[in-house]
Amino acid sequence: MATFDLNGKEVTVDVPDDTPLLWVLRDEMQMTGTKFGCGVAQCGACTVMLNGMTRRSCVTPISMVDGSSVTTIEGMDGPETKAVQAAWESLDVPQCGWCQSGQVMSASALLREIPKPTDEDIDNAMAGNICRCATYVRIRKAIHDAADSLEG
Amino acid sequence: MKNLMIAALLCATPAMAENVNGLRTVDEFDSIEAEGERSVALFEEMMVVIEHPRCSNCHPVDNSPRQGDDMRMHQPPVVRGAADFGAPGMRCTTCHSEENVAFETGEGSIPGHDPWNLAPISMGWIGKSASEICAQLKDPERNGGKSLAELHEHNAEDGLVGWGWEPGKGRTPAPGSQKVFGELTQAWIDTGAACPSS
Amino acid sequence: MTKMNRRGFLTSSAGLVIGLSLPIAARAQSGAALAFESDGTEGTFAPNAFVRVAPDDTVTVMIKHIEFGQGPYTGLSTLVAEELDADWSQMRAEAAPADAVYKNLAFGMQGTGGSTAMANSYMQMRKAGAAARAMLVAAAAEEWGVDGSEITVSKGVISHGDKTSAFGALAEKAAQQTVPEDPTVKTADQFVLIGQDLPKLDTVAKSNGTATFSMDLYRDGMKTVVVAHAPKFGGAVASFDDSAALKVPGVEAVHQIPQGIAVYATSTFAAIKGRNALDIQWDDSNAETRSTDAIFEAFSEAAAQGGQDAEMIGNGAADIDGAAQVIEAEFRFPYLAHAPMEPLDGLIEYSEGKAEVWMGSQFPGLDHPAVANVLSLEPANVRVNVMLAGGSFGRRAQDTAHFANELAEVAKAAGPGTYKLVWTREDDLHGGYYRPLTVHKMRAGLAEDGTLTGWEDVVVNQSIMAGGPMAQMMQDGMDPTSYEGSTKMPYDLAHARTGWAQMESPVSVLWWRSVGHSHTGYATEVFLDMVLEAQGKDPVQGRLDLLKSDMTRDRGVLEKVAEMAGWDGEKVKGDKGYGVALHESFSTYVAQIAEVSDVDGMPKVHRVWCAVDCGVAVNPNVIRAQMEGGVGFGLGTVLFDEITLADGGEVQQSNFDTYRMLRIHEMPEVTVEIIQSDADPTGVGEPGLPPIGPAVANAWRALTGETGTTLPFAKKTGA
Repeated sequence: MATFDLNGKEVTVDVPDDTPLLWVLRDEMQMTGTKFGCGVAQCGACTVMLNGMTRRSCVTPISMVDGSSVTTIEGMDGPETKAVQAAWESLDVPQCGWCQSGQVMSASALLREIPKPTDEDIDNAMAGNICRCATYVRIRKAIHDAADSLEG
Repeated sequence: MKNLMIAALLCATPAMAENVNGLRTVDEFDSIEAEGERSVALFEEMMVVIEHPRCSNCHPVDNSPRQGDDMRMHQPPVVRGAADFGAPGMRCTTCHSEENVAFETGEGSIPGHDPWNLAPISMGWIGKSASEICAQLKDPERNGGKSLAELHEHNAEDGLVGWGWEPGKGRTPAPGSQKVFGELTQAWIDTGAACPSS
Repeated sequence: MTKMNRRGFLTSSAGLVIGLSLPIAARAQSGAALAFESDGTEGTFAPNAFVRVAPDDTVTVMIKHIEFGQGPYTGLSTLVAEELDADWSQMRAEAAPADAVYKNLAFGMQGTGGSTAMANSYMQMRKAGAAARAMLVAAAAEEWGVDGSEITVSKGVISHGDKTSAFGALAEKAAQQTVPEDPTVKTADQFVLIGQDLPKLDTVAKSNGTATFSMDLYRDGMKTVVVAHAPKFGGAVASFDDSAALKVPGVEAVHQIPQGIAVYATSTFAAIKGRNALDIQWDDSNAETRSTDAIFEAFSEAAAQGGQDAEMIGNGAADIDGAAQVIEAEFRFPYLAHAPMEPLDGLIEYSEGKAEVWMGSQFPGLDHPAVANVLSLEPANVRVNVMLAGGSFGRRAQDTAHFANELAEVAKAAGPGTYKLVWTREDDLHGGYYRPLTVHKMRAGLAEDGTLTGWEDVVVNQSIMAGGPMAQMMQDGMDPTSYEGSTKMPYDLAHARTGWAQMESPVSVLWWRSVGHSHTGYATEVFLDMVLEAQGKDPVQGRLDLLKSDMTRDRGVLEKVAEMAGWDGEKVKGDKGYGVALHESFSTYVAQIAEVSDVDGMPKVHRVWCAVDCGVAVNPNVIRAQMEGGVGFGLGTVLFDEITLADGGEVQQSNFDTYRMLRIHEMPEVTVEIIQSDADPTGVGEPGLPPIGPAVANAWRALTGETGTTLPFAKKTGA
């Protein structure tokens, strides 16, 4: 049993304590923007915000989430995320799309902390998010474009 | 080679309490009469813990932690960051939490502790000699301003240090126990905290 | 920017449906889809059509090719919109279900692969759009009482004098018009949308988490299922004890199926935990127990025997041995997993006498009958819905329909109900269907004056086609997908031989992005660089000199990429090495130049220049994206990736920590130029991949003197 804030709404789930947040979001809440890619925190497809920080939901037991605040891709609506998504659209970043929720989460988190990231800042923040289609050229450009739009 | 010797010793004298999980206890060094020599020997025994991957992996001299008993580069790639806690957008806590978390596959786990971070670069160990590490440990400029008493407390009581002996599924624990490591540290300090010459 | 509306096609109740350029017979075969759609709804909305104009002016194109990032939603919709003179903002894309009307004209069955989506659809989709336009114009002519030839259509507006109409208002009247048998299509100079960087139709949903993949589907009462597969290829269940598994909260049942032991649970996590708790004894008597090291040795020995002739030119290899100089190299390519980010998964609703499946089906033409067969159902009572898929790279193009079979077996074993079958990443990497492990034994002879006296490439690997339904396409026991690219080279080698030795193993193999070209492009282009060096020739000029005179498109991309990179014959500048490679695959021509430095013994690729000729560039933005992606995918592969078997036969890689994907900091800058062409368009999903490996290897060899003969590069350094 765990009670937490999910995208601004208090929810309570009755699942075994070791159930990963990822599977609670998907199987219990049917919020499917958060993706399963590896289950071992290697790919970043399952990234959510836990108390405002990026978190891989596949290695987050629900017991750990009790009393916390979780934001998924469905609940991201700050200026950074809006700018990131606009840049994603204008550059047509996604190919298959499976990893992109996670990419948008990490990029949003980066821009919250570093409004004008360098290439190295982008590497450091985004190296945990695998894109098998290798859309990295556009991810990088889109983050720079999003930063520019936030500045302007 | 050292491990082999220890293993042999364990097999030969299973009842001896002087060796805990591959780490010799303080009384094992009683026979060394010269205090300075004993101090050096005690430090060299501390090195068994210090050099173990469970401890060294997060004491790199560069900006990336290591993983596994083969001390390979951390995957996914991560960086130290300004606070030894990762980069904006990917802090250590993006993956690591306050406790070890078993993977859903039933094999292995992701390590965790609160806090979870890299040792500052001034406390980096990987690739350094016992003599260098010893000098560094005693130097408040490089050990986070710790007195020897505080260094003992760190080794004997700190939770993140203690994680090395409870590293979670799929990971070899550090040799000995935190208790023995703390006792070795105290005995080393009591004998003058001498450093090996090389 | 438009938003995709998946349900629009089925829920709207009026409008114009065009299903043309289809033989009547094809319509008749579409019972599988009709069986479900005709239930209570008007038959005219059965998806045996490509274009639908709704009263709200939206134009929906039924896309017969699976969308997994390579762009058919956008590309095929562009073709329709072009001929329809629609506005891009009114276009929608919808996945076509399994149905014979949606067959790939290049295959004769419904499926996506071989980079054929654009090539086989080009005229079909344009004619579909042109017919819709003709019928809308005829409707307008009737409505306004004017001559149709005086009516114009532009950006979704039909006009005559001061009369204008959007499409929707005329849809019903248009539906009553005669379908033109062979509508006229535009000439290239009339194109308005083709050749433009139109925004992709699936981008918005894929940027905000709303795009729906098969793993995202949930149904009341649905069971999630994971299957324990044999840990060794060719292994089978000897016995099992499920008592501990059944005690895991949420686990409801365990059944043995031909593929292994299936665990049924109320959640994914419970199913996985249940599987962890199974105690299974495996029968390995027919399993592959060799290590990949041992397999390489066996393949290498076979290579020394020369194999069967796949191609003979001139004197073949006869004059190599006596030559003044003999150049030799043996290249070793590991098994590779496709590792799409969405592992295999699918949903099945099975009830008395019928079944409906949702999955990322790349070969619906094979998956559909497989489900019907396993469940002993009439094909007309089985529907397969093609979902967006989180990548494939060939993994979902299953000639054996193995996943559809497993999904159907899961339903069959448990009886009527709804089941979601999920493979974990470990299942994916352990699960076989790899790019075949391959050895290329290469030799070339040079006369005193440097003239090539012969060239030989002996390819040794397992056949992808043999043993499956594709075996019937093999001629004289030869599988061209094993060595394609080593044959039919664009160079005038005068005397050349390609040999092939087919090997056997229980390890399953499959087409992997660019199939045979994934290794032939590397072996031939690296070895050619070695030969050109021995001849004292420049890698670019040497290739240009060697190209056959009629290979103008190869020449075009090679000259273009040399110009883009400012190639001046200097292979090393400062700490950077430069390498070039040229390779045609699937009738698309690609040349690349890579800029590489040495970082701790591993190639670090900084920049890649890429020139591509794929005929008419329908959407240059999509083409550039596929070249960028092909470069990144191929680069990660040559640097890091291999599936290895330990002695005993167990796969040694389980997840992305040991099967490494390229990450953002390892991605080079990529500059792409597309050759202007009016040739019919060809595919771009695969051809960007083959040149990157050899371009990097050639740069590395120039820089360090080391030839990357054993892939991946990381094998050398342990990086």
